[in-house]
Order: sequence, then structure tokens, then C-alpha cells
Amino acid sequence: MAGITITGIGKRFGATVVLRDVSLTVEPGEFVALVGPSGCGKTTLMRIIAGIETADSGDITIGGRAVTRLPPAERDVAMVFQSYALYPHLTVRENIAVPLAMRRLSAVQRLPVLGGLLPGARARRRAIASEVERAAAPLGLAPLLDRRPMELSGGQRQRVALARAIVRRPAAFLMDEPLSNLDAALRVQTRREIVEIHRAAGVATLYVTHDQAEALTMADKVAVMMDGALLQISSPEAIYADPASLQVATFIGSPRINMLAATADAEGRVDVAGLPVGLRAQAHSALTLALRPEALRLAQEGLPVIAEHLEFLGDGLLLHARHAPDGAAVIARLEPEAREKVQPGAALRLGFAPERALLFGADGKRVAARADARLVTA
Amino acid sequence: MTARIAVLALLGALVLMPYLWMVAASLKPVSEIFRASLSLWPEHFAAAENYGKVLARVPVLHYLWNGVVVCGGILVFQLLFAVPAGYALAKLRFPGRGLAFGAVMLGLLVPPHVPALPLYVAASGLGLLDSYTALIAPFTISVFAIFLFRQFFGALPDDLLHAARLDGMGEWSIVWRVVLPNAWPAATAFAIFSVVSHWNDLFWPLIVVQGHAHATPALGVLYFRSEEAGDDFGAMMAAAVLMTLPLVLAFLLAQRRFVEGIATTGLKG
Repeated sequence: MAGITITGIGKRFGATVVLRDVSLTVEPGEFVALVGPSGCGKTTLMRIIAGIETADSGDITIGGRAVTRLPPAERDVAMVFQSYALYPHLTVRENIAVPLAMRRLSAVQRLPVLGGLLPGARARRRAIASEVERAAAPLGLAPLLDRRPMELSGGQRQRVALARAIVRRPAAFLMDEPLSNLDAALRVQTRREIVEIHRAAGVATLYVTHDQAEALTMADKVAVMMDGALLQISSPEAIYADPASLQVATFIGSPRINMLAATADAEGRVDVAGLPVGLRAQAHSALTLALRPEALRLAQEGLPVIAEHLEFLGDGLLLHARHAPDGAAVIARLEPEAREKVQPGAALRLGFAPERALLFGADGKRVAARADARLVTA
Repeated sequence: MTARIAVLALLGALVLMPYLWMVAASLKPVSEIFRASLSLWPEHFAAAENYGKVLARVPVLHYLWNGVVVCGGILVFQLLFAVPAGYALAKLRFPGRGLAFGAVMLGLLVPPHVPALPLYVAASGLGLLDSYTALIAPFTISVFAIFLFRQFFGALPDDLLHAARLDGMGEWSIVWRVVLPNAWPAATAFAIFSVVSHWNDLFWPLIVVQGHAHATPALGVLYFRSEEAGDDFGAMMAAAVLMTLPLVLAFLLAQRRFVEGIATTGLKG
């Protein structure tokens, strides 16, 4: 069975630690998105898996084979590069055929004219040609096979890169921000196509992106990486609703999660600026209460805020406001009908269900909380 | 715009003039060449006479063939050595890379005449004088070519090479199947400079060649002058036209690539 397992990968460039003890498993047929801000080490990790970069420590297994010390070609992975990295001097057909030709034809058989005359070469070439066409057709590349990359649009180049990756049926796909050079409309479309390709091929896929929306929409499992360490690996739902740390909570989700300073008294009652919020946790003097914008709603009781600015989204409203006691920025996602009730400068109250609030300790780690009997909101 | 064209046309005419004069002189009888009045167009055509003399007295085709063998041999080996070397210096990490590149830069500083004597002694000691090997071997490693290719290859995206490695290519395949095809402008520009300079080179052939057997075109013109022509300038110009003709034809055929190569490499002759 094919899959990717990496254990304890460490890497430093000079004095800078890029990866610290990273372990991750991509099960066969699974789509894992590796997401993190720019410079967090995710691309380096991918290059290490591909064999382009070497790790200082750790082990890599692909498809059940230990590949840590193997060169890229022998790892049986295909990679889609951010820049696509197509061969500019070859046609689309030749580009897609390269991985097959390099594996199946001997050096002599690959020679332009003479190679075709050798016994066996012609049959193999024919097999390669038909496989190239079979890989190109579902991506809509059939009419473009004889063009060169220069003559293609960004989206078409992207498909050629995908076709070149799938044509050889590798044990694993690696994709390094493959959508970042496409415009917004094309990105949404290609997002779906990549997921479909993955589903059809059923191959373990590791997908690197800095776009948390891409990660949440495409992946079976999301791995959040920051400063060279994996912070959390969970399903998209769990990453969003149940983040393990404040870093993950703030990175995932747009607009950003709201954060308010909170404390828990000796009995464990949590309050924000003196207002009990209906949660109990272990006594802590410095807590952070985090709330997704859609967890907040206008209410009679709740957090006192001053409205500042409204954004109309079509299906809803984003209310940008300040928390009255300490001036912290708060964003709430409201129903469109709330527009009439909310004027900039108005004093409002925002309520929430306690079970939707997340509590984090001073170290940024999640703190267990349970709903108190009494709710803050009506 | 018109002023610019006028200036360019004037400069072009200035550069072209000696060549046109040579062609014109090769068509004239001697009496007309030494006339006081200037005229490009001959009154009496002596082309058959002049060219006939050259073709009859010296083995012109043989000289040209020698030129093709020597220039072709030099170019093939220069590319064979310089392309992988340039690739290694531009894209691979290995201990001593800085030192190797420093040595290449140092090599650029040495004029070709300096090692002529030791090379002659070596060729003589090996019994290679008056052979194609003696004409080709000293030029097979061109530090200029290594430098040029190293600079050009440096601009190739690393991801392209990574992709090639993932696709199963070894370094050798990468050099010839990915790097060189994408460096055509540099290779063409270098090929033309190399061929022109070795086709026209007189210094080294004069040192290692004796007799007609391995004489290059430039040496052939010299032989013709000293042995046959005396002051027969018409015939001498005819010899010069014949020896430069292949280069002119090659340039006309490859003009577009040549200009493209110079434009993209920033290389000027």
C-alpha cells in the first residue's frame, strides 16, 4: 500500500532552524493539506520528501519503502511545482511523456531517430503516446498537445504540470502551492479539478498551501505548520471548530477569530472584563476567550461593543466593532436584516452560546472549559 | 528616425567598404587596381583569370576542408567540455566550486599567445606537429565558453532541474536534454565567435603547420601570397574572397539566431 510517512524530520540552514522534529502520515488515498504562513518551512518539508533537499535528521517512507537516502527519481513521487517547471523547449505532449520515457526507454532507445529503429522501442513509444493522451484528455489538453508551454495560459500550464504528474501513476503526489499563480476564478475551478484528479487516482497526496481556505475546502486532513513545527493535524472541521492552540485558531478562518482577555476566578468562573460568560475552567489569571465571528449575534445581554463599520457581503453582514471595556477589535458575522439595527457608533451587545467559545491559557494552549448552568444571553 | 538610419547606414558602409573593395579588386586586372582614380566597378573583368589562378595554383578546396575540420573539431570539443562544466559551476554544489570558478576567471586573463611556446614544445615532443590534433587540441577547453555558459545557465530556474530529477533524469541527461536546449542563444552566439576566430586564426596554424596538407584557410592565403602571387593583387584578393566566403554564407544563413544570441547574452565581439 502506498502512503507517505515521515518521522522526526529536522532541518537547519546555518543557524536558522527550519524544521523541528516534524512527523506526519498521509494514508493511502488520503489528501492532506499542509498549511502555514510564508516561511514556516512547509515548502522545505515538501522538497525533503521529494528528495530535492536533504534532511538533517529523520526518516521518510513512501509506499512502504524507506526512501530517506534515495535520489528523487527512485522515490516514486510526482511533484507539481508552484512555477509548474515545464520544459520550455518541449511540446505539451513531450512534456507529459518525459517521466515515462525516462523510465521505460533505455538511453539508446531515447535517441531521436535511431532509437525508433531499435527492437521493442517502437512498441514502447506507442504505449507511452497512448498513455500521454489518456492522461491529457480528462484535463482538456487534447487540442493543446502540440503547443509549447510559452503558448499556453497559466491555467493550461497548470494542467500540463498536473498531467505530467499523474501520467506515471506515482505512489504519492506532492503539490507545492499549485494554484498560487492563477486568478481567483480559475483557482476555484482548478481546486475542484485537483480534488477530482486525486479521487480518481486514489494516491496519497500532500498539498502545500498558505491559503487556509484552500486547505479547508480540499483536504481530508489539514496539518498546520508554524515556525518549522506541526501544531495540529486534524480534519478540516476539527481544525476550525476545535483548534489546539491560539496560533492555529487565529491562522485558520477568515475573518480572523476574535480574541478577548478573560480570567477564571478561584471557583473557575470565567469572566471577560468583569462580565461572567457562562463558562467554567480551572483557575487562571490570564486566559484568552476566542470566538468565531459567526458565533456572535446581537442580543440584549452580552459583550458590550461599540459598532465602527459594516461590510455587506450579500448573504450577511460583517460588523467591525470594539469591545467597550478594553478596546479590543471584534468582528461579528450577522444576518443581513441586522443592518437597520446597527449604526456606526452605536453601543451594542453581542451574545454567544458558551459552548462555541474557546479558551486558551497564557501559553496559547487550549484550556478545557465547560458551560456553566447560567447562559449570558437571553 | 531617419537621422538614425542615416548614421547607421554610414557606419555600415564604413565597415562594409574594405570587404566590397576586396571583392571588387578580385574582379579587376592588376593594371586597374593600381590606377590613380577610384572606381569600385571594374572596366575589364578579370574574374576568371584571378579566380582561375587561385584555384589552379593552391588547393583551395583542401584548405577550406581543413578549416571545416579544425573549426568543427574545436567547436564540438569546446561544447562537450564547457557545457557540463558551466552547468556544474552554475547549478551544482560541490567542494572546491569557488576555487574552480576562480581558476576559470584566472584563465580568462591569460592571452592565448602566452602558452603558445609550451604548447608547441609539448606538441613537438609528442610528435603531433603538422596534424589536425595539433590544430584542435589546444583550444578544446575554452574558459570563455565555460564562463559564458555558467552565466547563462545560472538564469535557468532551479525548479526546472528539480522537475527533471523527479522525472528520472540523471545529471548527464539534464545537461544535454534540458539545459543545453534552453541555452540555444548562448550556444549559437558562442559557436559563431568560436568558428570565426578559429577560421581566421593565423598565429597558431603558422606555428604548428608546415606545408599544404593541414593548412587552414588563413594560412592558405598566406602561402598563396608568398609562393604564387607576388604583387598580383587581383589574384590575392580572389584568394581572400574564397577563404572568407564560407563564413559570410554561414552568417547570412544564421543571421537571425546570431543577432538573437548577442541580444540575449549581452555578448559583443
